[in-house]
Amino acid sequence: MIHRNSITQLAAGLRAKKFSSVELVRAYLQRIEAGQAVLNAFISVTASQALEAAAAADRDIAAGRGGPLAGVPIGHKDLFCTAGVRTTCGSRMLDNFVSPYDATVVAKLKAAGAVTLGKLNMDEFAMGSSNETSYFGPVRNPWNTDFVPGGSSGGSAAAVAARLIPGATATDTGGSIRQPAALCGITGMKPTYGRVSRYGMIAFASSLDQGGVLATSAADAALMLREMAGFDPNDSTSVNTPVPDYVAALDAPLAGMKIGLIKEFLDEGLDRENERRIRDALAVLERLGASVREVSLPNLPLSVPVYYVVAPAECSSNLARYDGVRFGHRCKDPRDLQDLYRRSRGEGFGAEVKRRVMTGTYVLSAGYYDAYYLKAQRVRQLITADFKRAFAEVDVLVGPTSPTPAFRIGAKTADPITMYLNDIYTIGANLAGLPALSVPCGFVAGLPVGLQVVGPHFAEARILNVAHRYQLETDWHQKSPERFA
Amino acid sequence: MSLTRAQIESIAHLARLELEPAEIPVYQESLSRILDFVGQLDRIDTGGVAPMAHPLEGLTQRLRPDAVTEQDRHELYQANAPQVAAGLYLVPKVVE
Amino acid sequence: MTTAQWETVIGLEIHAQLATRSKIFSGASTAYGAPPNAQASLIDLGFPGVLPVLNAEAVRMAVRFGLAIGARIARHSVFARKNYFYPDLPKGYQISQYELPVVAQGSLDVVLDDGSTKRVGITRAHLEEDAGKSLHEGLGGLTGVDLNRAGTPLIEIVSEPDLRSAKEAVAYMKKVHTLVRYLEICDGNMQEGSFRCDANVSVRPKGSTTLGTRAEIKNVNSFRYVEKAIQYEAARQIELIESGGKVVQETRLYDADKGETRSMRTKEEANDYRYFPDPDLLPLAIDEAFIEQVRADLPELPDEKAGRFSSQYGLSPYDAGVLTASRELADYYEEVVRAVPREPKLAANWVMGELAAALNKESLEVGSGKMPAGQLAGLITRIADQTISGKIAKEVFEAMWAGGEGADAIIESKGLKQITDTGAIERAIEEVMAKNPGQLAEYRAGKDKLFGFFVGQVMKATQGKANPAQLNELLKKKLPG
Repeated sequence: MIHRNSITQLAAGLRAKKFSSVELVRAYLQRIEAGQAVLNAFISVTASQALEAAAAADRDIAAGRGGPLAGVPIGHKDLFCTAGVRTTCGSRMLDNFVSPYDATVVAKLKAAGAVTLGKLNMDEFAMGSSNETSYFGPVRNPWNTDFVPGGSSGGSAAAVAARLIPGATATDTGGSIRQPAALCGITGMKPTYGRVSRYGMIAFASSLDQGGVLATSAADAALMLREMAGFDPNDSTSVNTPVPDYVAALDAPLAGMKIGLIKEFLDEGLDRENERRIRDALAVLERLGASVREVSLPNLPLSVPVYYVVAPAECSSNLARYDGVRFGHRCKDPRDLQDLYRRSRGEGFGAEVKRRVMTGTYVLSAGYYDAYYLKAQRVRQLITADFKRAFAEVDVLVGPTSPTPAFRIGAKTADPITMYLNDIYTIGANLAGLPALSVPCGFVAGLPVGLQVVGPHFAEARILNVAHRYQLETDWHQKSPERFA
Repeated sequence: MSLTRAQIESIAHLARLELEPAEIPVYQESLSRILDFVGQLDRIDTGGVAPMAHPLEGLTQRLRPDAVTEQDRHELYQANAPQVAAGLYLVPKVVE
Repeated sequence: MTTAQWETVIGLEIHAQLATRSKIFSGASTAYGAPPNAQASLIDLGFPGVLPVLNAEAVRMAVRFGLAIGARIARHSVFARKNYFYPDLPKGYQISQYELPVVAQGSLDVVLDDGSTKRVGITRAHLEEDAGKSLHEGLGGLTGVDLNRAGTPLIEIVSEPDLRSAKEAVAYMKKVHTLVRYLEICDGNMQEGSFRCDANVSVRPKGSTTLGTRAEIKNVNSFRYVEKAIQYEAARQIELIESGGKVVQETRLYDADKGETRSMRTKEEANDYRYFPDPDLLPLAIDEAFIEQVRADLPELPDEKAGRFSSQYGLSPYDAGVLTASRELADYYEEVVRAVPREPKLAANWVMGELAAALNKESLEVGSGKMPAGQLAGLITRIADQTISGKIAKEVFEAMWAGGEGADAIIESKGLKQITDTGAIERAIEEVMAKNPGQLAEYRAGKDKLFGFFVGQVMKATQGKANPAQLNELLKKKLPG
């Protein structure tokens, strides 16, 4: 039952020599193997490297020089470059790509002593809300395997929810950490833009992407985030401010905290039962001494159209480097240079990626740039201003994470807009660069739903504190699917 | 709004994406849907509002010192290359 | 219409590689000549997940240039992506600057062939990264891509369409070339591609104020070729229009062998670059303190130096211009003058004349050390103090150049001291007069031309060492008898 432990407990147990990292890793590798056919959460499992790293961690712990996460097994979303290990981004384009370097996040977690067990499945190039666009097949929700786990970090979420690993890195551009966390009944945290280095985090939309954590509790998320965050000179958008000890800040009482419930999120799109779970959660927070009021962010509903101009625009440029020349998929027998480009990219990218690249190409093109791209960036400014005004009145904002719980695989793939609207509550925080997390707050029709907590810039400690205090009063976060108990 | 076949072909060429002829109408439809959807931004009054390129207001670009910090690692880097000869990346002949 | 009724309008876009040690966005070396892809870091290769970080020295150099052309330095400038596909462009976009360049409107004063000065406007100058190189030969019908050059910092300098002839264009290009070398921001080596020029050429009827359709001639990388390419292109366009055709806006290449411009395959015409601000880079902020620091570090600029040479050394503007064409030459000249402060004009003549010719012949630069300034000064001193004549000095110079010895040593060993003793010259004259009675008689009869003959004979008799001025004077006295 070792997999019932949180990261915090495992780290302590390792230090206390209750078990070794090698034992832990072996146990998790077994669970991963058993779960892979059912969930398809992993793209690569790096068993031998993991056992080597585990042995080294055990030596470190014995010598008293282990880091805060020494010996703890984790997984990385397959969007983080891992040196010497295949890094695919869920795409045929990078099916054969072995990264020559470690992402900063990967290096930092290694330095903290964490042991990587493998690379996790994801929507192709992080484009998706259901993990159905992966070249390596869809990931299934451990609560009901006919259902999606959410996306794009579906593999990370499913693996953590099924306790195949205690924690995983993930990325969030429009909700790709928070939404799968909600759909899989776990805790997911996206930090402030610039808090976590993007160096080695394969780019989708550069002004929106942020690396973060999926784990089974806010306390675990705090621990991992503390080790992941920090200034990186290799990332020009990385912010040079010290990282607070998120763990130490978890237990502060909530008395006096002002919570704003985002009015615009309580719209017709929100499932009624879902809303009830949210209100139940707010009642808990009020019992803890917080006060809840409704706040209005009138431009927030425009988040989705803004996002679907800005993100495709940035990705159309970020993905231009995948051209079959220096790495990645190359078509067979190219007739000439143009054929090389067109077929390598046509074959290497899936439909959703192509759709977004083309949308982005269009909105940046001559004659359309002002009407689409600049317009969207202006509305983005309006949305950001809404958040700023709201934070002048309240300390954190809350609302549902996702309009519905998980849906059936294939249910929303017919119309891109239907799929895009899954992120309606999460995108705003990406546009404004704000820290946001999701914690499980109940079930609707047997499937988990999440409460979203959003803070002002660099208020990670505050929102983790709210989440942690909530989790001390409730046990939603301790529930896991029967099948993977 | 409705994108024409020619427009899709032109966008696909700018993006260097080979599309099957049968795919073109599919992309015509979905791209038109998406552009319609995002077109709602048109109605929003953004007079006097500056476009936001970065979520971190007021921050400016860091400068790094002018120092050589990289070594020759072309063998490692070229391990992923589809076609290399004498250290050069090879592509079909480019006529200038 | 005849050619005289047309006006050629030219604007130049010059790309100068900045002489930083490392690349503009990565820590790879910019040194020329490394084996293929040995200096291409992951960032230069555009690998998945990499990010650019800006080189401080590249910014400093751009600001230096901006101040030198009297331009406004943007307090906030933005990097933008220029998106297109080409094998030497690894990311599929070039990081450049579009709407907000670091250097805005400035100008350069250019001295033209006829001595007049023209102020050429510079619209803007901005920072960007260079692309890699493609090699087409010897690869079995394939093209090989070397990305060592990818990421080298460039400053792109865009002139207003103020130039009206190929010669003006070359004069401007030379001025920019001199300036960037003065500022030590670019080595100006056109063979190695550190200094490249594109020319935008159009024609219009004289008196018209609208611009004609222009063609862009890319990558003309020598002063001579720029001149020829522009001349050819202007003539081509005029002929085309006069025969009823229309100039097409296109990119052309100059074929040096054939001496003509040729349309390039539509590589970029069809391209829509889809410029947008690069989200991986934050706006570049340059404050007053930074600008003042750069300003304080500026060297004396070519125009200032030429002006000072004119007034301080009494040189003509043309001579001052020649001597200040490069900082090395100007510094050399001043070192010579410091050693012979009373002979600035003589020094100028020797530096611009014999020295320049000798250096050119061996394709050497003045900084090569072949003739240190002190050595040349030594020779000039001996001319000034009449030890040797100007003519003999040329002989001494040749010997100094060949053997590396100083002037005095050569004068001594070859016995080249000028004869200034009146008595000695008189005796030589008397000897020559005695040996040439016929010519003497003819001279005395009125054939004045023979004066030169006697000069020559006495010079011959004295191995050229007779002081020319004294010789002249004494001959005038003695010949008439």
